[in-house]
Amino acid sequence: MTESILNLIPSEEQYLNCVRCGLCLAVCPTYQLYKNEADSPRGRVALARKNLQEELALNQILMARLDGCLLCLACDEICPVGIKPAQLAMQMRAITESRRPAAWKKTVFRKIVAKPKNMAMLTLPLKVYEKFGLRSFAQRVRLNRLLPQRIRDLEYSLPPRFSTHTSKKLPVFSPARTQKKYEVGFFLGCAQDLLFRETSAATIRVLNHNDCDVTTPRNVVCCGMPADGHGLHDLALEHARQNIAVFEEKNYDFIVTDCATCGSKLRGYAIMLKDDPQWQQRAENFSSKVRDISEFLLSIPLKKPSGEIHASITYHDPCHLRRGQNVWQQPRELLKFIPGIELQEMEEAGTCCGSGGSHLISHYPTSSAILEKKVEDILKTGATMVASGCPGCQMQLNAGLRRKGLAIQVTHPIVLLDQAYRLPEELHK
Amino acid sequence: MNPVIINQLEKIVSPSGILTTIEDRAVYSYDSTFLEGMPQVVVLPQSTGQVAEIVKIAARERIPIITRGMGSGLAGGSVPVQGGIVLCTTRMDRILEFDQKNATILVQSGVVTADLQNHVAKSGFYYPPDPSSVRHSTIGGNIACNAGGPHCLKYGVTGDYVLGLTAVMADGEILKTGTKVIKDVAGYDLKSLLTGSEGTLAIITEALLKVIAGRKFVETALVEFSSLDDAGQAVYEILHAGLLPSTIELMDQTALECIEKAMKIGLPTGVAAVLIIETDGVDQEATRREMESVASVCRQFSGANITIAIDDTQREHLWKARRSVSPSLGRLAPNKLGEDISVPRDTIPEAVRRIRQISAKNGLPIVIYGHAGDGNLHPNILFDKRDPVQMATVDQMVAEIFEVALDLGGSITGEHGVGILKKPFLHKALGDVSINLQKRIKNAFDPLNILNPGKIFSDDI
Repeated sequence: MTESILNLIPSEEQYLNCVRCGLCLAVCPTYQLYKNEADSPRGRVALARKNLQEELALNQILMARLDGCLLCLACDEICPVGIKPAQLAMQMRAITESRRPAAWKKTVFRKIVAKPKNMAMLTLPLKVYEKFGLRSFAQRVRLNRLLPQRIRDLEYSLPPRFSTHTSKKLPVFSPARTQKKYEVGFFLGCAQDLLFRETSAATIRVLNHNDCDVTTPRNVVCCGMPADGHGLHDLALEHARQNIAVFEEKNYDFIVTDCATCGSKLRGYAIMLKDDPQWQQRAENFSSKVRDISEFLLSIPLKKPSGEIHASITYHDPCHLRRGQNVWQQPRELLKFIPGIELQEMEEAGTCCGSGGSHLISHYPTSSAILEKKVEDILKTGATMVASGCPGCQMQLNAGLRRKGLAIQVTHPIVLLDQAYRLPEELHK
Repeated sequence: MNPVIINQLEKIVSPSGILTTIEDRAVYSYDSTFLEGMPQVVVLPQSTGQVAEIVKIAARERIPIITRGMGSGLAGGSVPVQGGIVLCTTRMDRILEFDQKNATILVQSGVVTADLQNHVAKSGFYYPPDPSSVRHSTIGGNIACNAGGPHCLKYGVTGDYVLGLTAVMADGEILKTGTKVIKDVAGYDLKSLLTGSEGTLAIITEALLKVIAGRKFVETALVEFSSLDDAGQAVYEILHAGLLPSTIELMDQTALECIEKAMKIGLPTGVAAVLIIETDGVDQEATRREMESVASVCRQFSGANITIAIDDTQREHLWKARRSVSPSLGRLAPNKLGEDISVPRDTIPEAVRRIRQISAKNGLPIVIYGHAGDGNLHPNILFDKRDPVQMATVDQMVAEIFEVALDLGGSITGEHGVGILKKPFLHKALGDVSINLQKRIKNAFDPLNILNPGKIFSDDI
């Protein structure tokens, strides 16, 4: 349990050099919402510092402030000193967890999230709920009005028709359509597999279309982001090692993922394991091959789709893609590459949607209010569709749009490219 | 703090507007300096009325009340060193009236200055004062410190845009001073007295501000010089030629190396100094020609290398660099003390030379940058406050820097304010007559000494 506790304690330069200029206040979604220093990155750094310098105890009040961070990384990006308040908040969660492990976290992250089969079991009731018409019935008679708003929002966040979309397993190996140029290992994330499997099926088809042999290893585990976000750093390290080992079974040119969160975590394995002599080199090798799907496609000679999609689309930057991986041009390029699509930029496209992974559950009022602002920005564009390459963002946006009764569709950019490739073939049939 | 008083405050601002736990108070113990002081309670009011009620309680109970916006001050002015109530204005963030015909805007004091700028810009107006903290400071804080910024050379400082103020007095009475008109000499100019008073005379809750027609075109240039004297001389020559750039910013070699280390944006590092110069106006051709004239003045200096930003992205790039100088210093040392002296602009090269000597003599680095066009320099001393020897040296260096400013006929603070850090030097800068008069003014406004006590003046009144 405490294998890495020494590595968890932030070093002095991670908090002591904060000059408290306040630049981060201007970009922090929680500060902007509450206008309270205690909800700001600078405030969180001060609290972490005061705890690490033994002025304040690591109690529930202090941790509540650090848990309030959405980990959207806006502060990490803007800080001219190089302080990473979001990273610091995550480390403080790990320290708390190592000192006082929470029983529920053990159950949720070690017994469920860590085990793909148990995750699948957990979503089974949801599938039954949709599959047997209960969901559409509930929607038709507006049964959900009886539920409290926060539960209703969670229901809304489930992607439409996810049970049919996840009925077919993805093939372990899927060959390039014509001639193989790239050997791609596809990292299938948990959320993608359980709720957005059709998106990943589209990703694989697009890769195959563009000369990639695609292998989707079955024995991967969670990328580790949920565990790290909740302070279970040891578990995240376990996940990292297992996933690295899995992708060493074959010599891939690239490791591609269509989940922003997974991508940013997989890229981070090299840093997470930098002090582990046995794993450091292996982790570096792994992380150097990781690419987001849009990033990968834009780096190869991408085939132009002959189908057209006539839609006005706006794009929301997932935090873990834009700031986590510095990928923000490629998804836009990808959308513009599809004939017929008109890309309408929204204001503050790079601002967090409030998802923060699970904040709609754990910090409902905050998450919900931040989402409200995002929905307004989407509406102002007049777009009929919003694209975002992250399952967490997609669910959050679904909740925000559908609770207002809006018909704006939420999708992943890759789904649109896949459609554009397939349209002419389907017409032909 | 007495729970009865907490209760009364809570009734005014509601439970969500009051912070009492040690954790929540701790984050209101600082500003952008290294100073700290723990408040007994923090309140976040939303209206002038609520502020007045809070002040009445503070007056009755003789509790210090420290007004604070976003805590970006650089002189310790909002640090609650004597405890008391921190009154944070950030939730007073409404724009109350934008009168386009008279070019005035009425806002609550917690409005972020950049938000105000963006709001008026949508209708083609411009609010010029732009401290580097423009995105993370409030208009109330800007007024309380009479904030400047790079564009003050052409457009003036915050105080030049204050037409009127609503302020809560030390007894809870509400003062309204000033009008929408430009000309108004009825009685003493109280708005100007409150501007720059650092929360010691009254609590500013609303501001009536002047805005001007927006500039339409901007040209920005980065000019490298092989010597500081050349840069200083160039500033003089530009202004003497009758040119009025909106800004002339100076960064010396130490500052350039520091930003480059922090941000890696391709600034020149091997040169003695650079000036960032901007011309602006409503006519594109005139703006461009003015920049050409500026450039031709600069070209007279051997080794001067001129780069003109070709688009907004490049321009923003340059400004981002300039705005990040101060915070990026944190990469070099755990603590920094940013001074804010003003000197007559013909003495800038001399001031920079003397400051460098101070650094060399005392053995702690000083990074120098500032607003060359108006003689406002920011020498930043880098140190580690955990080392008592260094702390003593810092005190010595600060005294020597102020000595330079006064000796050259300048001021110990151009735009940051006195706060706590410059208290010991104010007497020397202003003299007996002025200090005594100012203390009597303070006493007339705040006889109980509850409004931000212990700031500006070195001993209590």
